[in-house]
Order: sequence, then C-alpha cells, then structure tokens
Amino acid sequence: MLKADRVISTTCPYCGVGCNLELHIKDDYIYRVTSPFDSVVNQGNLCVKGRYGYDFIYHKSRVTTPLIRKMPQQPGERTQAFDLSEWQEVSWDQALDYVADRLVEIYRRDGPHALATFLCAKATNEDNYLLQKVFRALFRTNNVDHCTRLCHAGSVVALQQAIGSAAMSNTASEVIKSDCFIVTGSNTPENHPIIALQMKAAVEKYGAKLIVVDPRRLELCNYATLWLPLKPGTNVPVFTGMAHVIIHEGLVNQDFIEARTEGYEEFVRSVEKFTPEYAEMVSGVDRNLIIEAARMYAKAERGAIYWGMGISQLSHGTASALSLVHLAFLTGHVGREGTGLNPLRGQNNVQGASDMGAMPYHYPGYMLVDDPINATKWETAWNIEAGGLNQTRGLTTTEILSNVRPGGVRSLYIMGENPMMSEPNLNLTRHHMQNLEFLVAQDLFINESGAFADVFLPAVSWAEKEGTFTNTDRRVQRVRQALAPRGQARPDWQIICDLAKRIEARLGRPNSAYWDYDYPSEILREVGDVIPEYHGVTYARIEEVGLQTPVADEEHPGTPYLFSESFPRGRGKFHPLEYVPSVELPDDEFPFILTTGRVLEHWHGGSMTRHSKLDELYPEARVEVNPVDASLMGIENGQTVRVSSRRGSIVLRATVTEKTTAGVVFIPFHFSEAAANLLTIDALDPQAKIPEFKACAVNVKPASIEELVNPEAQVLRGRY
Amino acid sequence: MTDIKITIDGQTVTVPAGTTILEAAKSIGIDIPVICFHEACTANALCRLCVVEIEGARLLSPSCVAEARDGMRIQTRNERVDRSRRTILEMLDSAINISESPEFMGFMDEYEADRNRFPEAKRRESPVTDDNPMYIRDYSQCVLCWRCVQVCADDAQYTYAINFSGRGFDTQISTFFEKPLPESTCVFCGQCVGVCPTGALKPKREWFFEQGLSPDDIMQLTRSERKKRRRETG
Amino acid sequence: MSDFDLTRLRKNLSDLSLRDRSDLLPALHSAQSIYGYLPEPVAAEIGRLLDVPLADVYGVINFYTMFYREPVGETIIQVCSDPACALAGSDTVLEATCQHLDITPGEISHDGKHSIESAPCLGLCDHAPAVLVGDKVVSQADPTRLAEWINGKPTKPGGHIGGDLRILTANCGNGFATPLLEYKAGGGYAGLKTALKLTPEQVIGEIKASGLVGRGGAAFPTGIKWEGAASALNQPKYTVCNADESEPGTFKDRVLMEGDPHRVIEGLVISAYAVGAHQGYIYIRGEYPTALKALEQAVDEAREAGYLGEDILDSGFDFEINIRRGAGAYICGEETALFESIEGKRGFPRVKPPFPTTHGLFGKPTVINNVETLCNVPLIIEGGAPKYRQLGTEKSPGPKLFCISGDVARPGVYEVPFGITLRHLIYELAGGIRGEHALQAILFGGAAGVFATSEVLDVKLSFEDLNAAGLTLGSGVVMVFDQSRDLRDVLKRLARFFAHESCGKCYPCQLGTQRQYEILERIASDNPKPSDFERLSDVGWTMTDASLCGLGQTAATAVLSAMKLWPQMFQV
Repeated sequence: MLKADRVISTTCPYCGVGCNLELHIKDDYIYRVTSPFDSVVNQGNLCVKGRYGYDFIYHKSRVTTPLIRKMPQQPGERTQAFDLSEWQEVSWDQALDYVADRLVEIYRRDGPHALATFLCAKATNEDNYLLQKVFRALFRTNNVDHCTRLCHAGSVVALQQAIGSAAMSNTASEVIKSDCFIVTGSNTPENHPIIALQMKAAVEKYGAKLIVVDPRRLELCNYATLWLPLKPGTNVPVFTGMAHVIIHEGLVNQDFIEARTEGYEEFVRSVEKFTPEYAEMVSGVDRNLIIEAARMYAKAERGAIYWGMGISQLSHGTASALSLVHLAFLTGHVGREGTGLNPLRGQNNVQGASDMGAMPYHYPGYMLVDDPINATKWETAWNIEAGGLNQTRGLTTTEILSNVRPGGVRSLYIMGENPMMSEPNLNLTRHHMQNLEFLVAQDLFINESGAFADVFLPAVSWAEKEGTFTNTDRRVQRVRQALAPRGQARPDWQIICDLAKRIEARLGRPNSAYWDYDYPSEILREVGDVIPEYHGVTYARIEEVGLQTPVADEEHPGTPYLFSESFPRGRGKFHPLEYVPSVELPDDEFPFILTTGRVLEHWHGGSMTRHSKLDELYPEARVEVNPVDASLMGIENGQTVRVSSRRGSIVLRATVTEKTTAGVVFIPFHFSEAAANLLTIDALDPQAKIPEFKACAVNVKPASIEELVNPEAQVLRGRY
Repeated sequence: MTDIKITIDGQTVTVPAGTTILEAAKSIGIDIPVICFHEACTANALCRLCVVEIEGARLLSPSCVAEARDGMRIQTRNERVDRSRRTILEMLDSAINISESPEFMGFMDEYEADRNRFPEAKRRESPVTDDNPMYIRDYSQCVLCWRCVQVCADDAQYTYAINFSGRGFDTQISTFFEKPLPESTCVFCGQCVGVCPTGALKPKREWFFEQGLSPDDIMQLTRSERKKRRRETG
Repeated sequence: MSDFDLTRLRKNLSDLSLRDRSDLLPALHSAQSIYGYLPEPVAAEIGRLLDVPLADVYGVINFYTMFYREPVGETIIQVCSDPACALAGSDTVLEATCQHLDITPGEISHDGKHSIESAPCLGLCDHAPAVLVGDKVVSQADPTRLAEWINGKPTKPGGHIGGDLRILTANCGNGFATPLLEYKAGGGYAGLKTALKLTPEQVIGEIKASGLVGRGGAAFPTGIKWEGAASALNQPKYTVCNADESEPGTFKDRVLMEGDPHRVIEGLVISAYAVGAHQGYIYIRGEYPTALKALEQAVDEAREAGYLGEDILDSGFDFEINIRRGAGAYICGEETALFESIEGKRGFPRVKPPFPTTHGLFGKPTVINNVETLCNVPLIIEGGAPKYRQLGTEKSPGPKLFCISGDVARPGVYEVPFGITLRHLIYELAGGIRGEHALQAILFGGAAGVFATSEVLDVKLSFEDLNAAGLTLGSGVVMVFDQSRDLRDVLKRLARFFAHESCGKCYPCQLGTQRQYEILERIASDNPKPSDFERLSDVGWTMTDASLCGLGQTAATAVLSAMKLWPQMFQV
C-alpha cells in the first residue's frame, strides 16, 4: 500500500452532483481517489468518472505551451489543425499580446456586436465571472453565453417565467424523503449516478413510488412503479394530460393554488383539450398510465419531479418544462422538504456559470442586462462610467454561430467548450466556425473546435487550480489545487486577468475594472458584494462543507430547499400551453426518431474522457435499435450501419436492445468519428434558443465494416 | 429515546437505548478492534474480532451489533476475549496476506499474535486478476469482510456484479461464472475499492505505480496493453 | 453458448409457477433435472426469469454441493465417508467403486453414466456402509458384490427400529410410507381435530404444560417458542419443519418421514393453527429422496382429504404446505440459514437477536421445529399434557428417539422414555458391542457432540442428568466405538466434515475448521507437531466462544472433549 505525500480534498469536475473527492498523491501522481463517507453530497460513493477519470490530466496530448497557428487563417477558409506541427510555440507574452491586439482591433473596427465568447460550465465560478467581466466591462458586449444554452436553457427560461428563479428547488438527496417522485427525460443512473443511487434507496429502503416518463427503458425502470414510454417531443400533452386528470378528479391543492399562484382559471380552460385520450393519441402512452401517474403524484404526501434533457432540449423545451411546473403548482408539491421542481444540471459548474452571468440576457445573479438599475450596480462594481454597459440583450451560442459573417460576429473566444461536437447540425456549425475572422481557444487539449483556432492558450485542469464550483443543488464547494500546473499552463482566472490588463492598456480606459486579485477568494468576494445569493459565501465558510445558495449573509446557513413562503416573482404563474410537435417528424425517407444523449463512461464532446482510460471501457459509438425494428430491417447486434438525416451521415455499430423503444434510435454524442450532432437539427426553442437535440428524423441502413473509422474499438460490456 | 446505563471495563457510561456496545465503548475512548465493520456498510458481525464478554452470557458477543441493555456489565479485554482475538488474527494471517493493512498488522502486534502459529497451513492464494482498465483484484489479500459485495448490492450501488464462489475456507469473491468484470454488470464506480481494508482491490494506476512505472509509462502501457491483449485473445 | 434449448426450462418454470427470488432453489433443481447440470446460459436464463442478479445465481449454485456447474455422470454414486460408515469399511467401498468404474471422485466415467463422490453423512448410519446410487439407497454395500448394486438395484430399506416404546415410531419400519387411511385408523389426525376445537392459546398452553422441548439438538421449550411467534405483531406468519437432518450419526427424522409422513404433517398444521400461520414449509435435505417422495405424496393425500388448504375440517382455518428440497448443505439445518435457503440465497446464518419468532422467514414471525418435535405434538394435544408427562422424567418428559450406530450389534432407531440409562440403551436394547472388543468410547450428540467412556454407562438419559455429567444429548446420536478403533481417525473425519460444511461467513469457523482439520489430519497420520495440543485448544475454544452460529460453536466440542479424556493422543 502506498503512503500518500498528500491527500487533497476537492470537488469532482464531471457532473452536477458535485461529489467530494480526496486525491491521493505521491510524487505528484494521483494514484487513488476516495471520498469521505460522511459527505453530505455523495456519502462516499462515486462513479467511474470521478473515481478513475482524472487521468486525462497526464495525457501526452495535453497542450502546455501557448500556441499560434503557423499558417494564418482566413475567414471562409479556416482549417482544423490537430497536429502540433501546424502550430508555433510562443511565450505567454507573445500569445496574450497577439490576442489583445486582434480583439481590440476588431472591437474598434466593428463594435461590440462583432465579439463573442463561450464561457465554460466546467471552469470555476471565478474563471467564469472574470471572463464575462472582460467582455461586458471592456468590450461592452452581451454576446456572452455557455453550454447551458444546449442543455437546460428550456428549463431555466420556463422557471424564470413561472417562478422567477432558475435553479433546482430542493436538495437532491431529499429524494429519500419523497413518497412519490417523477423522473423524466433523465437517464439518471448514467448521467447523475449518485442521485440515481439515492433514488434507488428511496424506492428500495424508504418505500417511495417512482414514475419514469421517458422514451427509453432506462435502468431506473427496474425500480419504477410506472413507466410512461412516450414518443420523444410529446412532453406537453403527457404532462398536461396529467394536469387534466388532477383538475377533473378534484385532486388539486386548492389552498396552494389560491395562496401561491395566478392564472389558474385561464390555465384550466387551456387544459380542456388535453384529455388522457388525446395525450395517448399523440404520445403513444396508454391513457391509463397517464391517469394512474397523475393520481399517484397528486395524492402523494411529498411529491417531487426530477428532469433532464428530454424536457429541455426540444424546439418547445420551455413549454415542456412549464408543463412540469404546472403539476407542482396544482398539487403544492414545491416549497417543502422532499418535494420540488428539480432540473438536474449536467455540468459540474453549469449552475455556477449561470450564477456568474455567463448568459446573454443576465449579469451575474440573474440581473437582466436591459434593466438600468442592474446596469448601474455593475457599472459601480466595475469602475465603468455611468451608462457605459451595453443594455441590449446579447446573442446565445447558437445565434452567435449563425451570425458569423461580415457585419455580424467576427471573433469568438472559447473557454473550455467544444461547439464542434456539442452544437446541433455540425456541418452547418463547421461552416460558421470556418467563417470566423479570429478564434481563440483556452483549453487543455486541441479539440475539434480549438483545431480551428488562431491562438491556443493552455489552461490547467481542475486539479491544478483553486476556485469554487456550484453543483446542481446550489451547493458552492471548494476546488483545490492538488498538483503544480503542467508545463506552462496557467489557471484560467490568471490568464483572463493577464489578458484583461493588456486589453485595458490598449483601450486606454480611464479606470481599470480591477484585475489584481492575489487569490480566487477575492474574486468570489467581489461577486458576493453585488449579488445577494452569494453574499454570505466565503472560502472560510466553505472550507469543510459547501453552502447552498442563496446565502444571505455570513450567519446564514444556506438554503436546502427554496420557495417555502413565496416565489421570487411573488406568485407562481400558470402559462396556457399548446402542443407543438417537433420540427422534424419521421416520414418514409427518414422513418426513425433520433434521440441523443450520453453514456456513463464519457463526457460530452470527449475532450476529457477520450483522453482517459475511460475510453477503454467504452471506445466506440453505438446506435441503440429496438429488437422489433432490428428484425424488420434485418440488422443484428453489433452490425455496422449507416445512420443518416437530412443534414449528415455517420457509420457505427448497432446495439439491438430493449433499452430503446420501437421507432426511436439513440446515439451518444461523444465520438468525433461518428458524431451524433452531424445528424441533429438546429431548430431552436423560440424563447430559450435551445436546439432540438432530442428529436429529428433519420434512417438506418446496413453498412460495411470497412466504413468504420476505428473497427478495432469495440464495446463489450455487461452493464445495463 | 430512553437512556440506559452500562458498565464497560469497570467504567459506567450512560448511552441512548439502541447504542451498540462498540459505539458505547468508543464514546469512552475504548477502541475495540474490528475488521469487517465499516460505517458505510451493514454490520454483519462476521469477523468476530470485536467480541466482548457480557456477564451472564454463555458465549462471547459481537460488540458491533450487540445492543447495550440497561445494567449490562461488559469486559472488552480479558483472557477469554484476548485468546479469541489473537487466535482469529493468527488464523487469518496464516491464510491471507494482510501486510497491506497497517491497521491489521497493528492488531497483530497489539495481541502478540504469532505469525508462525500454523506451520504448513493451507493459504488462500490466487493470481492477481487484471481484467479491466480501472482496478485489479488480488484475492490472496482478501479477508472476506463482505464489504465489497455489500456496497455493490443494496448498501450503496444496487449493481450486484459480485457475489461469492465456493464455501467455507475456499470461499472467494466472484462474478457470474468468473466472467471478466467488464462483461458483468459492474459500472466501475469503485465503491468496492473504497471500502476494501487491504490491498485486495486496488486502483490499477496505484498498482502500476507501486511496481515502479512512471505516470507516462502508465498512460502508455494501458493503450498498448489493450492492443496486446486483443492480439493474444485473437 | 446458445446450444442449450431453453424452452423446456421456461415451460417447467412456468408450470411450477416459479417467478421470483424465493423460487431459486426449486428452479435450479428443476433445471438440473433437465440438463444434468447448470451451464452458464441456463443459469443466466433462470436469473432473468426470476429477476435475480446473475452474480447471486452463481453464488447460490456453487454454495450447494448438489448443484453442478460442470457436467456430471448421469447417475451420481455417493459413498458416505463419515465415522459410522467408516467403521463399517466405507473406504474400501469407495476404493472398489472407483476401481470398478476406472475413475476418481469428481471424474465422469467413460460412457458418461457415472460419477463418484465421497459424501458426508447421508443419514443412513443404520445401513452402514451406505451408498446412494442416484436416488436409490444401497444398504450395507458390499465391495465384493459391486456389480449387483452399482446400477442402483434397490435394497430393502429396512433399518432397525426398536426400543421400550413404539409411540412416535408406531407406524415406522414397515418398508413403506403409512398411507392416510391407515394413519387415521391408528388414531391419526385426531390431534388436529382436537386442536381445531380449542383456541390457539389453549393449544399453546397444552404444549407448554407438556414440557416438550426441541428435538433437533437445541432443546428449546417448544411452547415458549410458539408463544413468542403467536404474540408477534408482524404478518404474515410462517411455520417451518426443519427436516434438514444432516448431523453425522442422526437418521431418526428420515425414519419418521419415510414411515409416517402424516404424523409430521399433522404436527405442522397444529403448530400453524397455534401461532396463526397460513403458510408452512417443510425443508428437507436433498439427500433424502425416499422421505421427500413420502412427504409429497402425504401432502397431496392430506390436501385431498381436507386436512390442508382452505377451511380445514370446517374450522375456518386455512393452511398450505410448501415442500422445499435442500441441495447439500449441513449448515441449512441451522434455522436462520434454512430461512436464507428458502429465500433463494446462500445458506449463511443470520446474527441473533433478532430471533425467528419475530424476524424469521422473509423477515416475518416464524416458528421452526424439528421433525421429531412435531411428531410429539399430535399426541400431546390428543392425550393431554398430564398423560404425556407420565413418560420420561420431571424435567425431561415424553418419548425420545435415539440413533445408535457404530460397533453395536443392532444399529438403528430406538424409542425410549427419557430417563433410561445408557447401559440399558446400548447393551439391553441395541445388543451390546458387536465383535470381540470391549467398549472404548461413545460419541454423544453427533459430530457436534462429546466423547465419553464406559464411566458414563449408568448416566440417565435426560437433559438434567446428562448436563450434570458434563454431556450433551444433542439430537440423540449415540455412536459406539470399540477398543480396536483409532479414535484419531474418527476425529479427523469429524473435523473434515465441519471444514467441508462451514459456510465461510464468520472467521472463527471459516478458518478454524480448516486449521482444526489440518492438525487432526497430521495427528491421525501419526505426525503431530509440538504444540498441536495448544493449537487445537486455542482454535477449538475460539470457535466455541466466538463463532456466529451453532455449527462453529460446536465444531470443536467433540475434539475438546477427546482432548480432556485422552490428552496424550494429541501430543508428540
């Protein structure tokens, strides 16, 4: 048994659960990861990524010197350079001066709207706060966004409209206090594994009833009392159908509706047509299941709803999420322990990035940019002249890309994101990326997006810097430096400050917005001085255990569950909904609905996990096909197939499984050699601007094994 | 929740009803040695190292599960208790390699266990099982504490990838028909590694590192190892 | 791998309504009867159909010796190797059988027809040396006449029954199971009729007053056990008959079940009525095929006649019996391990407290009784406690079955009142020591018992008298060894038995039975090491003091008693 030189406590960099990790280090090598058994977040349990997935830190492809493209890139002709031979190693001074020069040049020439930045839901709160500060304070643009646009934007907009806030209302582990909970559009065992353990315990040990509403037969269905296998994109009719039952069978919580909501009467009228029969016709779910689910949830003592991408990533994602909010309003299952409206935030710090204003319509703390009062607050905080901040709402990620053209967006600064894997309709995305005039990538590896860049700034991993992450149930936790930065890589917040000073010098601003932080705790202090939710969060207070926002002051213990007295907007608002089908429905040429998502072993675009041994556990993309469909097409398990949509085509092996329902195929989006997003459609939700990743039309045809990019990579696993 | 009064090693202590003798002893600074007991697992009272003598009971009682009752008089150390603990340790040490648990080696010292007590005794040896990229299984270090099986089952993970094979002295931990772990339901959460008290379950990186490989070697080895393994199994 | 046609398996499981975890052992038995063993695809299908995790299915398969992962011969020949049969020359029988078939234990014969196993006590000590050829009993197997019996020509399952009484064994020893009509003609089911006219409380009161204690070895007062379950609050309740008789030297339960299965059933129904159970189980060891058949037939007969099922004898009381077959594990005779086995798991005993009367089968209040104990119940209820107490002694009332085996003239089951002397039992009833040697030692209570010498011949056989003499009654085993016997060999076999049967859960027994066996093996081959006495003593006392269940707690009893009587045997 090795004896560690040091054991560093930090927070996991993968998903929104935010497990507490203990990194055991000897000779600067992390050889083991454990978790304290008394952790309030994860009770000592981890998943394969948290337990073993840190080794990307040591991968030889990690870039640790600043790089500039040898061959200057022209807009419209930009190419991808994965190989280091196409890059020139430069000093930090050279790289940052170059970036500052180019950004300022474009700003002066075209104005704020020509600049944009993608912030990073994996970077710390401090990193994100600072980068949006650069673009807002220095470049006066609100073209600031991050991958939540592709994730829970639908949920966030819905919650803001209906409630006035946009975070998970309860603490995840409260599920063991619930007696009936709905899990919809979330493959929790693979995407929030620890929360799934808590859900399983709720069912097995505490007698809770679980209702799963999902087009796939997830492992969670083994624990479910009911499974409603709806067609992708039919959330509104199903959940509004449940609302119909609750209203017409007199199961509403009248007191709650009267005291805490508004718009009920109009809502009831709008629900008339969403009978269980209608819901069945549209969604394919047996009406009796809808009725039973409605009764079960309504009659519960403490009912809760947990949801994921299946709700949000649709062209009507906002409406889908609203249909869930209505269920909680009708029954009063919100504002108490063990209840709630709980969107499961995906990234380790998407909640934090959102809190830090990494969004085009909001400053940090969800203050709307087009409200002069808010602008004044930040002008004060950032030493900016009155009226200096831009009060026009900026562009979202999808809009930023689709606006890349002369006269539109000219330059993009990407911190730790990979739109070339995570945006929909990748062929179109490629086209947009190619049209950029200037692209900066700040990352660990040259991924599919950074390969297009002009400048590559090497950042450190989460284990090489200090900061905080805010997890899905709003807990702000410490991230601690366990290793010295590799090579010349630097913490993101330091890169940003260094760059900011150079920009300020070139812009000749009278006052600096302030970039001279010695330590990240000062950055969080600056945030907390302005936004009430973080007012009482200090590094000293979260040294042992994180605090759940809102934390009003330094005595406040944090807030496990929200809305016990009222909602931020006052009363919760009902919103009459229509059923809007997905933009691209199946037809004769493309008869299957493609739904995309993740697998347990990988993360999103794969920058981390494909540079880790995790890749050995799951080295290839697979399309899940239902046995009925497979036999009709003559496709066998493991056979190579070509899956095509109107936008693109990929070749991969098929897994014939009951895990997907008839008529629906599932492809995870991690694998660049068979990128699922080549197929997906860039149709957006009108309010949230989130793409419809969960439903488009494809066909599946046999292909030959020679067409596979990497035929030796094979997934042979026994797990569900 | 009523309180009860008990006497441990001559000391009187008041504890809430339902407290185990192990907990009650700990509250007054008496650390009864345990092997199979773990705070995150259901207690099975199977190692029997924690046995104590309760006045009036015919046999020794496992303090990790025995609930204190009002008026109980307990001895955590005496000749009878010490003989059992020492013999259990000697028998265990004669069957299994416990050298990678400083805690158990400490017990051996404390109870003056003789490492050569059982000459020519059968040992539970097996080669290291290396069938996945994440962790190795060295069952010649496995003390059959059951923790791994339990956390894989309903103590934590509900995955049920491992159970037992054989019976009695020849019991081993095993997957279904000894299949490699990737082919079982194992999701590689590492909960089992996290609760293993010896080096029987160990992260592979740690194992390589102990053998003197550098981090770069380790990153390399696994990729070419994969190719090598595939070549060998055809 | 998919060479196995699973349709027959699916059909069987469906016909037998086997659908969840607690049906796992019956499913495995059924599958094995189709395929001859349990290959991986079959095990996987069973796991899938019964919703049992695959690793657990595998764990169950390899816990029980009667479940095979690899192919075996069409017929398995089991040659008992425990003391009573060893005294009668079982080693020679095994050798001859192996030579005849040209295989060693564990191999399959050339034509695929046979495998040989050296088996632990088969409960046929009165037929020593005993062999089981598939389902057929070979009594007093003669190694020189192998060809006659190796293909399972059944021998008359005789077995001697004697004693001063023939109450419990009234219908036994005829060579067949007493059918219902005959049982009734002899007064059978009158006890049940009487019981159903009393209240359950009155039934319990009668059993308490009778002073009946368990006959399985633990001697717990039956009435108090029933009272505990009756007053427990949880539902549903269960009553279980422990027919897993596997203690070396014991065969009384087999004799009772083979000869008088209705008596067992009647006792079980009365126990169910007394505690309020509507579901009962009989868990019978896998190596008792004749007894199993007898019970299955009797249960069918009883159901048809209205002694089982709904509204028994118009009393409004419902009760059904489920017969469960063990699969080769002595530990499943321990009550909590038996529950685990019925629940479809490996036979690991549970920590007690809590006790079965509150947390038993499926975690519910359960009463579990030995076969012989249940056979006493009808006669207590029918005749009344005072009449019952006229037999036996003040503290040990009633009749008792003793299993005599070894160097006596007439090995067999003997029914006597408590209180007779050992001398009476061995010399007057069982015909004394056979052959020309004198008595050397007696093993009381089976492998988990104690040795004694002729000094105890005049001890009265009652709980109180034996206790005072430092002996245990156990289940009633009396195994006799004459002066020619090397007791070291006997001790080695006993130690081997425990090492083979230890479940492996708790450390003292898992490790201790192995170490005890190693030491006794070298002592038996005349190679003791210095300090072996101390080793045996430490190991033995650790098992006794610290084991989790009765198996470990008694695994060293015989050895420790021998060390007291003959210390020089264990020294260099």
